[in-house]
Amino acid sequence: MAREIALRDALREAMSEEMRRDDSVFLMGEEVAEYNGAYKVSKGMLDEFGERRVIDTPIAELGFAGIGVGAAMNGLRPIIEFMTWNFAVLAFDQIVNNAAKTLSQSAGEFNCPIVFRGPSGAAGQLAQQHSQTFESWLANCPGLKVVSTSDPYDAKGLLKTAIRDDDPICFMESEIMYGYTGEVPEEEYLIPIGKARVRREGTDVTLVSYNKMILVAEQAAEELAKEGISAEVIDLRTIRPMDHKTIVDSVKKTNRIVVIDESWPFAGVSSEITYVVQKQAFDYLDAPVIRVNAADTSLPYAGTLVDAYMPNVKHVLDAVKQVMYVR
Amino acid sequence: MTKNPAKKGAKKAAYSKKTYLKWYEMMLRIRRFEERTLMAYGQQKVRGFCHVYIGQEAIAAGLITAIKPEDAIVTAYRQHGIAISRGISTKEAMAELFGKSGGIVKGKGGSMHFFSKEKRFFGGNGIVGAQIPIGTGIAFAEKYRGTKNLCVTMFGDGAARQGALYESFNMAMTWKLPVLYIVENNGYAMGTSVERTSNVSDMYKIGHAFDMPSEPVDGMNPESVHEALEKAAKHIRAGKGPYYLEIKTYRYKGHSVSDPAKYRTKTELESYKDRDPVKETEKKIIDNKIATKKEIDAIKAAIKLEIDEAVAFAESSPYPDPSELYTDNYMQKDYPFLT
Repeated sequence: MAREIALRDALREAMSEEMRRDDSVFLMGEEVAEYNGAYKVSKGMLDEFGERRVIDTPIAELGFAGIGVGAAMNGLRPIIEFMTWNFAVLAFDQIVNNAAKTLSQSAGEFNCPIVFRGPSGAAGQLAQQHSQTFESWLANCPGLKVVSTSDPYDAKGLLKTAIRDDDPICFMESEIMYGYTGEVPEEEYLIPIGKARVRREGTDVTLVSYNKMILVAEQAAEELAKEGISAEVIDLRTIRPMDHKTIVDSVKKTNRIVVIDESWPFAGVSSEITYVVQKQAFDYLDAPVIRVNAADTSLPYAGTLVDAYMPNVKHVLDAVKQVMYVR
Repeated sequence: MTKNPAKKGAKKAAYSKKTYLKWYEMMLRIRRFEERTLMAYGQQKVRGFCHVYIGQEAIAAGLITAIKPEDAIVTAYRQHGIAISRGISTKEAMAELFGKSGGIVKGKGGSMHFFSKEKRFFGGNGIVGAQIPIGTGIAFAEKYRGTKNLCVTMFGDGAARQGALYESFNMAMTWKLPVLYIVENNGYAMGTSVERTSNVSDMYKIGHAFDMPSEPVDGMNPESVHEALEKAAKHIRAGKGPYYLEIKTYRYKGHSVSDPAKYRTKTELESYKDRDPVKETEKKIIDNKIATKKEIDAIKAAIKLEIDEAVAFAESSPYPDPSELYTDNYMQKDYPFLT
């Protein structure tokens, strides 16, 4: 039986189910225990699992990320929560230099089964330092897997898979989507990492996106339908490894693609998709690949500037009209 | 200039013959291994960054008698000596330096990255100070599982100035984790003396900010190292939380093989060589009639043979096949690499 639950509840269910299943799984981060989570994702988990397994840390991202890496090398399965991925930048040394490289530099002696998770992307007028999208930074690094989603169903199934995965995983959520609801089955399910999801089938143009920008893509698809343009919407769900086949198969059908990506344009997720499409579907393309990214700037505070910065439905409609050669 | 710790420590023999010979043999093994490493580096058989342990061997020796095999250990990139003291064979160590598939990590880690799950040796870490939170996390896992094991977390004086140390000490003390922190203070963070990196040059005092038991230790003889480690380990195993030792030592060579070490005086270097842990321990063994010169000579001959064999093994081991590039990046067997 499916019920409507919020993203934060889906994530909590994933963690709690996996913690009931495996004693080596624990949750560590700032405000995860007594405060019940900065965004209430871990609400009630301290009560159920106790302070041995739900652990409040001091504000020390580098330190507790490293403690997670050490614990993972020594046989545990840590879930390390960052209050946002912006703060995880302090811990990138542990993520990139250690978690990602443990298996390679030890030639398989030690692996690092760890999940680093937290919200990614802009969430209103939070200004420059609290609004960033680091999917492409992390996905650039071999050794890591990167999941990014704000759909409750996908988030639950993917987080459960991520916790069971033997490789280090960066799991990117969304601050403003924690209250966003969706249908989630009562019964247990897993979603494989590395598989995109076609959320809407279409024949005229492919819209590829991930995380909360999926909503922008879907709204644009609705608008386009009114104009008689059939858009296919693909949710990447996993950034690394990326599901090239689903994207390329769609482009072979539609011959046109627009990528909607909240990361900055330079070497962003959209750049990677663009490369893949020109390489694998060059002869199928009827127009250049167009991408809709956040602006190539830092994100200022004022509402007008936030609006100017973020990808929106109008940007997507304009882009679709470009690839359709519609004036 | 770094201060040579006062010549203290027991003059008379306080331990068994077996213990002294164990220490002596291990220190000599590391010394000869490192000398051969430098020779091989000169011959371009060993490449990359290479940091040798010569001068600091007493610490590795003290570790083998004070710490249990089930305890975990993690250290930085000046790690050959610690890895060998942990039981990684000189053959596998030398082959690793040669970048051969017979190396301890199949030629994938080199001088800075040895690992062995069996020996509970967690590396071999190349980023200064990054192993401090890792060691804290290894200890966290031991406490989580309810074992009596501890994690020896070693780092140099340069790493002690990283924020990672402050964060780790704070959490380890708050959560009473079974971790033994050791700063091997050899006086120089690459070319910058301890005195030039902080207002606080007595590094053990850093622990006082966390109410962590913290002591300075003479690192130039295995007895004082053993005594300090044994005491600290007892405290940790009693469930009282972390312990921090500043072990004062000295490296005879530069920071890495490419460093001529012009930032220090010859007098300073000589003052430490006067207290050389290998020579001093040999002298103590002979002077106190713990063992005969004949027994010492037999150890020397056995070590020479062992190192010769290690080099021969490294020479004859094949280089990794290029296909190894794509192994050990992911546990997932069918990971779709971009090619």
